[in-house]
Amino acid sequence: MEHTATHEEHSGGGVKEIVRVTVILSVLTVVELALGFWMMGMPLGSGSRLAVKGAIIILMMAKAFYIVAYFMHLKHEIKNLIMTIVVPLALFVWFIIAFLYDGNSFRNLRNTYDPHFKEQSTIQAPKKAEHGEAKHEEGKEEKKHEETKPEEKKAGH
Amino acid sequence: MSTTTVTPTKLWSGGKSPFNVEYGKLMMWYFLMSDAFTFGAFLISYGTIRFSTNGWPDPNEVFKSFPFAPEGVHAPLVFVSIMTFILIISSVTMVLAVHAGHNMDKKKVVKNLIWTIIGGVAFLSCQAWEWNHLHHEGAWWGSNPFVNHDGTASSTNFTNYFFTITGFHGFHVFSGVIINIIMLIMTLMDKFEKRGHYLMIEKAGLYWHFVDLVWVFVFTCFYLV
Repeated sequence: MEHTATHEEHSGGGVKEIVRVTVILSVLTVVELALGFWMMGMPLGSGSRLAVKGAIIILMMAKAFYIVAYFMHLKHEIKNLIMTIVVPLALFVWFIIAFLYDGNSFRNLRNTYDPHFKEQSTIQAPKKAEHGEAKHEEGKEEKKHEETKPEEKKAGH
Repeated sequence: MSTTTVTPTKLWSGGKSPFNVEYGKLMMWYFLMSDAFTFGAFLISYGTIRFSTNGWPDPNEVFKSFPFAPEGVHAPLVFVSIMTFILIISSVTMVLAVHAGHNMDKKKVVKNLIWTIIGGVAFLSCQAWEWNHLHHEGAWWGSNPFVNHDGTASSTNFTNYFFTITGFHGFHVFSGVIINIIMLIMTLMDKFEKRGHYLMIEKAGLYWHFVDLVWVFVFTCFYLV
């Protein structure tokens, strides 16, 4: 009777499963990267960009599931242990929704009622002539409102 | 013991672990759960600040360099994808080491542990290069040379969160490498052979996979979305 449980511990696993999960994780990562490259061409704040971001987050959750379930072997543990670990982590659902909603709401409130905040976030960053040095004026000076391309700004070190 | 009772009641009637794992492994799971909350708090805080700000730097403009590449190269996502694959592969070799430990195969355990350590060191080297590169560009805690996506001036939130969270993760990778080196030494000294089991490697493995797991989230939050 006592031995049945310990044998169950060794069920699952095996090199075949490891190889399968490795392939799945690699494919998911490649798809994520492909989506990331695809997203670069999309306009900022567009619906399609948001959709791609959502897809990337779903893929991220899938990767997390495969790592925890198979590499960390949680899927092959008994239900007691799975529930002990997974149920407290469910709090994250609430945390993420609550905090991100709060952040978003704070931004909307400030944009509506705080003209200074709104103005600050429309100031164009000054173009930098030299590169490589830790020169950064917090963007306080009101320079020209022309379009500054981020690429030109930094030539890299 | 009682003869034929149902398994759930039997589990809690004493005399055996209700979780069916040894004490150390259960405690490692609890530690990892608490660590998950720490990382979660960091990442959620990052998300909240990002949501409450009008502009944010474009990761594809910030992380576009590559070691030994010519100046001004534009290769977003390339370097970080290499880092990601290094960590995934080192996680795989760790699983193989744990698996070999189940079969009491010392040679395979040693081989896979060495690969895992090499992977961890390689990841840390990549991160060191990236930090050094960003630092030379003027990025550090409290200083952000990168402009927002729309060309507006950005705050230092971006760099503060980036260095804090990747630094905390890098510290975990560093501790993981140290733990794996200790496991390797113990294996070479035949400690586990004498004990008759390689269960300690399993616990080190859990920690190492957790480090990989966290990188999945860090990678997505900072480099992709």
